[in-house]
Amino acid sequence: MKISYDARGLAEPAAQAPRVATVEPGENGARAVFDAADLTTRQINLELRRLIYDEGVVDVTLRNPGAKHSLAVGILARCRITIDGSLGYFGCGLIDGPEIEVKGRVGWSVAENMMSGVVVVDKNAGSLTGAALRGGDVVVRGDVGARSGIDQKGGTIIVGGNAGMMTGFMLQRGRQIIRGNVGGGLGDSMYDGAIYVGGKVTSLGVDCVEAELTSSDDEFLARKLRIYGLEPPGGWRKFVCGRKLWNYDNLEPAERKLVL
Amino acid sequence: MCGIAGIIHRDGPGDIGAEITRMLQSMKHRGPDSSGFALYGPPSDLLVMRIKLADPNEARGFGWTERLERHRNEIEHRLAKIGAMVDVMHGDQEYAYRVTFRYTGELKPLADYMEDVPGCEVLSLGHSLEIVKDLNDAESVAERYRLNGFTGTHAIGHVRMATESDVDISGAHPYWAYPFSDIAVVHNGQLTNYHMWRRRLERSGHRFQSECDSEIIAVYLAQKMDGGLSLETAMKQSLDELDGVFTYLVVTADSLGVAKDEMAAKPLVLYESPELVALASEEVAIRAVIGHEIDTWDPYEREVLVWHR
Repeated sequence: MKISYDARGLAEPAAQAPRVATVEPGENGARAVFDAADLTTRQINLELRRLIYDEGVVDVTLRNPGAKHSLAVGILARCRITIDGSLGYFGCGLIDGPEIEVKGRVGWSVAENMMSGVVVVDKNAGSLTGAALRGGDVVVRGDVGARSGIDQKGGTIIVGGNAGMMTGFMLQRGRQIIRGNVGGGLGDSMYDGAIYVGGKVTSLGVDCVEAELTSSDDEFLARKLRIYGLEPPGGWRKFVCGRKLWNYDNLEPAERKLVL
Repeated sequence: MCGIAGIIHRDGPGDIGAEITRMLQSMKHRGPDSSGFALYGPPSDLLVMRIKLADPNEARGFGWTERLERHRNEIEHRLAKIGAMVDVMHGDQEYAYRVTFRYTGELKPLADYMEDVPGCEVLSLGHSLEIVKDLNDAESVAERYRLNGFTGTHAIGHVRMATESDVDISGAHPYWAYPFSDIAVVHNGQLTNYHMWRRRLERSGHRFQSECDSEIIAVYLAQKMDGGLSLETAMKQSLDELDGVFTYLVVTADSLGVAKDEMAAKPLVLYESPELVALASEEVAIRAVIGHEIDTWDPYEREVLVWHR
């Protein structure tokens, strides 16, 4: 039977890399620039892949992203990508290796499930920043929306401004550094990891408690802020899991009967 | 899913018909079922009413056109009978009409009398509000209703992916706050205490045409404003009284407001400048009307913001 739809669910299954970038040799490898204004999401991603995987370009600049969704996703190589504008939802997701700078704003779920690398956003970000982050640094110089680092399993999220509610919801490992204020329900149901806050905390979530700052925390905070050129706030507070909900060894009632 | 968008010019009338169409079209992927517009033209002494007499996707049996023609004449006849001086009655479609008339009485008896005509639904009624909604994407609706040249101060719009009720004009947003003049709402989300509020509002005499939960928001807010509350206070109360997830936009004769639920569960991107405010479910929609590089941000949970033209 002939399949009349694209089994991968792609909107443009027949899309080809448009080959519009200008490539020139640089000091550490080839550099490329292209304009995304008239390209579709898939064409832009195909062009990025072509440049990075096939042409071996190490530094790509993407102009006029126009807040399109799902740009610069799934890049699994060390390279530098500069996005000269704003991204929509799900930007820079599922990446492993690249250093990405977004000169504008990003929508929801930036750097979702990132394995390693760096994503720096110069302006604000939407909700769910660094959702399920596994490694690397996600830096937002402006404010972020709600639920930053939901289900985060590693890496560091650094926010220059304020963060919304439920920041660090279900945080499992990794760290978050919020220079400004955070909304209600901070660290709700977090398993592990640490959240550092420079400003006011509206309220703590379930099983999130304040902890003493250690000298290694101070060293870590100073180092991370120095790398990204952020001014330290007046002081830091550290929040961790209270471990009241750690019931991993407890048996379910049905299992307990079996054991007895 | 659904997509919502709004724009308000603070420095005099703008090309809102074309602008809101571009905003909605860029979010077509959020909901291709139907598109709707609530537009505010220059206020006038005359009342402007938008009605529909049938749905475009209903079965067109024998005599469909004749029946619509008969109902159209009945509307005109009834307007004269209730004491309205009709200025212009114009049909963009054979089932959708725009009527301007002079009338000084209560709006509810007039709207009820119109809706008594079989198939008739009053989509909007006021001194400057006009609601246009129909099936398919924003561009095709705007073309069918010739919204391109529509100038005014503010507008909201909605692209719908139907989840809770039918794909028809009655289920499409925006909703007019029947029978309160010049108030309309678009909504992205679901209200979980819809039935409770619907029954409560029905007990105070309001009518609902669809099974869509969003329909109650407009009436809920308008009733509070009718009781003397400001738009902002009414919206703040809605954060506690409406359950569920929502980001809704509300427009009145001179203002545009937005409210987000306490989980900030539905997206909204906002751009604010001295000349205009544009807001939408996605930033692409804002960039569809603003050519230069802009800074945008997401309002937080339980935020209520109101701008005046």
